Amino acid sequence: MELTERHVEGLKELLYKMADDLLILGHRNSEWTGLGPVLEEDIAFSSMAQDKLGQSLALYELLHELGENIPDIVAFTRNDNQFHNCHLVEMPIGEYDFSLARHFFFDHADAIRFAMLENSSFEGISMVSRKFRGEIKYHTMHADVWMKQLSHGTEESKARMQSAINAAFPLALGIFEEGEYEAELKEAGIFEGEAALKNQWLEKVNNELKKHGYTLPDADDVTPALGGRKGFHTEHLQPLLNEMSEVFQIDPGADW
Amino acid sequence: MENRTAAIYQLLETVMDPEIPTISLVDLGIVTGVEWDDENPHVKLTPTFSGCPALRVMEQLVHEKLKASGFDNPKVSTSFEVAWNSNMISEKGLAALKKHGLAPPPKHAGYIELDVLSDIACPLCDSRNTTMQTPFGPTLCRSMHYCKNCHNAFEAFKPVT
Repeated sequence: MELTERHVEGLKELLYKMADDLLILGHRNSEWTGLGPVLEEDIAFSSMAQDKLGQSLALYELLHELGENIPDIVAFTRNDNQFHNCHLVEMPIGEYDFSLARHFFFDHADAIRFAMLENSSFEGISMVSRKFRGEIKYHTMHADVWMKQLSHGTEESKARMQSAINAAFPLALGIFEEGEYEAELKEAGIFEGEAALKNQWLEKVNNELKKHGYTLPDADDVTPALGGRKGFHTEHLQPLLNEMSEVFQIDPGADW
Repeated sequence: MENRTAAIYQLLETVMDPEIPTISLVDLGIVTGVEWDDENPHVKLTPTFSGCPALRVMEQLVHEKLKASGFDNPKVSTSFEVAWNSNMISEKGLAALKKHGLAPPPKHAGYIELDVLSDIACPLCDSRNTTMQTPFGPTLCRSMHYCKNCHNAFEAFKPVT
């Protein structure tokens, strides 16, 4: 079908939120470089950071093809109220338990999101989604292994993971904050929508957590952290952006 | 395949991966096509990983090789049109990885699970009595393993779907 202006706006909204999530979480993951609790975990979070930055670049390039600015400008010159990431990804890394719980919730959502988008009618999106599949698989495997390991560790490890799950869950529900163009995206076969994604995700993470004796809080009992998709952020995002763009800002025209 | 396209593939068999100098870009499976603009080839590449930092270097190496071979205005571009997966590495490429000390990725059937990653033959002594230390390594395409037979740590090229 012919895409109307509203379809294109919806497409951009979808691409921005996905790309911004990946850029910001990629940056947060990179904060574990040199600080991981064991060398392998240091490398794991650094590798996942690199994957996420690469994926965000691919999405910003699709936006550029739709008339937005070049990826570097988009990534490094916006302020927090112009970012569309969810609050989950902008929170500081915290203790390792929080970073693992966030990683588990986010990557399962992304795995399902990009699996859905493999069939998108927008070719650019279906192409990158097929590419991301193999990469994200390694991320969800890593998250699942740690959920399992720490549930079989000590009482402390299990209790700490359960409280990290409880803390990250309302934030994770913010991933699925609906946009203005859900109906248009669905109608054009671009994306089935956040509600469909959320249902699949709830089932997946609930099953995975139950296997290891954790409890997923009831989604109806918590208040999702909304606002991120519309540019309303916590106090943690702007300092991250300042740090991330520090080198770029010194000499925006530098040729590398 | 057109003769002149086949000749480009042959030429690119001499352009090596900047991080694994035993394997050519053709054997790695990342050259996905050649189009022609009159006399000038347009070589299409696909990334192994979206975040692979060697990609720009590879584009540059291909461009330089084409220039040095007498093409005035060759073009090289990267796209996701064909998504790379590790089954696209040629037999020759798998042997080249091993020569570099990297265990080649096992062929996969479209999905990867942890047990696939744990069943890797040691590139030094060929024993399968090995264990995976971590699926993440010094570059995005490598995992780290330990051989319980010859007691060496080794790296493997990851299977990717």
